[in-house]
Amino acid sequence: MILHGYLPAILGGLKSTLSVAALSLLVACVFGLLGAAAKLSESRVAHWIADIYTTLIRGVPELLLMLLLFYGGQITINNLADRQGWGYIDINPFMAGVLVLGFIFGAYLTETFRAAILAIPQGQIEAGHAYGLRPLQVFSRIVLPQMIRHAIPGFTNNWLIMVKATALVSIIGLDDMVHRASLAASATREPFTFYATIAVVYLAITTVSLVCLHLVQKRFSLGVRKVDF
Amino acid sequence: MFDWPVVLAALPDFFRGLRVTLILLAIALATGFVLSIPLAMARVSKNKWLSMPVFVFTYIIRGTPLLVQMFMVYHGLAQFEWMRQSAVWFLFKDAWFCAWLVFSISTTAYTTEIFAGALRQTPSGELEAAQSLGMTKLQIYARILWPGALRRALPQYSNEVVGLMHATAVASTVTLVEITRVARDVYYNHLSVTDSFGVAAVFYFVLTFTVVGIFKLLEKRYLKHLNRKISGPVPAR
Repeated sequence: MILHGYLPAILGGLKSTLSVAALSLLVACVFGLLGAAAKLSESRVAHWIADIYTTLIRGVPELLLMLLLFYGGQITINNLADRQGWGYIDINPFMAGVLVLGFIFGAYLTETFRAAILAIPQGQIEAGHAYGLRPLQVFSRIVLPQMIRHAIPGFTNNWLIMVKATALVSIIGLDDMVHRASLAASATREPFTFYATIAVVYLAITTVSLVCLHLVQKRFSLGVRKVDF
Repeated sequence: MFDWPVVLAALPDFFRGLRVTLILLAIALATGFVLSIPLAMARVSKNKWLSMPVFVFTYIIRGTPLLVQMFMVYHGLAQFEWMRQSAVWFLFKDAWFCAWLVFSISTTAYTTEIFAGALRQTPSGELEAAQSLGMTKLQIYARILWPGALRRALPQYSNEVVGLMHATAVASTVTLVEITRVARDVYYNHLSVTDSFGVAAVFYFVLTFTVVGIFKLLEKRYLKHLNRKISGPVPAR
């Protein structure tokens, strides 16, 4: 039998790996856009907060941040719940993983988005304002469609790193591919088989993502002339 | 914020952990640097038989999580009877050896791509001038290509060093007592997040900015002619 019948279990783990990665990407985009907005804003306080956020996150390993935020968050929430008399709240590793990964990679996306926004000619944004567009309209009609092209390379990198980082969430108890593989490994005493299997699955995710993002890149670069050396 | 008696009592352990982290970083970095030089040359080679295998190697290593690679080597290899019978089994039983091997392979893959990218950016005039002077291929690499490429690679290489330093936290999952493992042990003993993970974060933070600072000095020295902006660290894998 293929993988002693553990294949469906591993693929079930793939589902949580991918959903954690996709949801954290969403959270990271929100933090990233907020961070980029803060870094580009005129408010010094916003600038300062965003700088602390990105510097702190980039100075510490993801695994440690994950442990710090997971256990720290659990204690904080339970202290709060205790005071409010809600009783014990168990944080589920799925939500914790999504929030923590989203928070961490939001810092990296902040830089990606900031650079992408800066790559748009200032005159276009000013022209938008001159035509009487509201700030949100300027963002959604002028900035966003063009920044996607500039943001894709950095975005691709962060997505690939994030998919791999979900493996670390198994350490705080997420029932992902790595966790399933280690269960199967100890049950069958064939650890290499199972870890190699999930390594292949990760490689497949990487390959598919690269192909898809290349297509997106092409779509958003339609109006851009290529330099021909 | 900190419970100082607990922190002070744990501090010697943290410094022992720091030592392990630094040793892991140093041995993997040295191995990776040495291996990346020939591999990057193969990677940019016009000969497909040289460049393809290197590309496949870096693609596989960079496309899979470090944690899974670590488990494959440390837990996985014991699955094979021939492995356990082999003369090198005593090495693979050892967490230090496995961590060195996995970190070295990983950083070799990333560094090879960084160096290959820097080699490709060589202005073609430099290469043509060297060829017209009748230098041999090796001479061109040693005197023209590498001195320029290694300089250009500095900003990205500093990111790789920080990335690898952060990646050593994964060694905590295979019994090595580096900074993150010490933090987890302190946490389980005292159930205080700040005294354990908080202190470890301070250690990593100082380490990160020491590395960044050293590279800024190196860039100031070796990239003086470019006077370019210095980039910050990128995420680990």
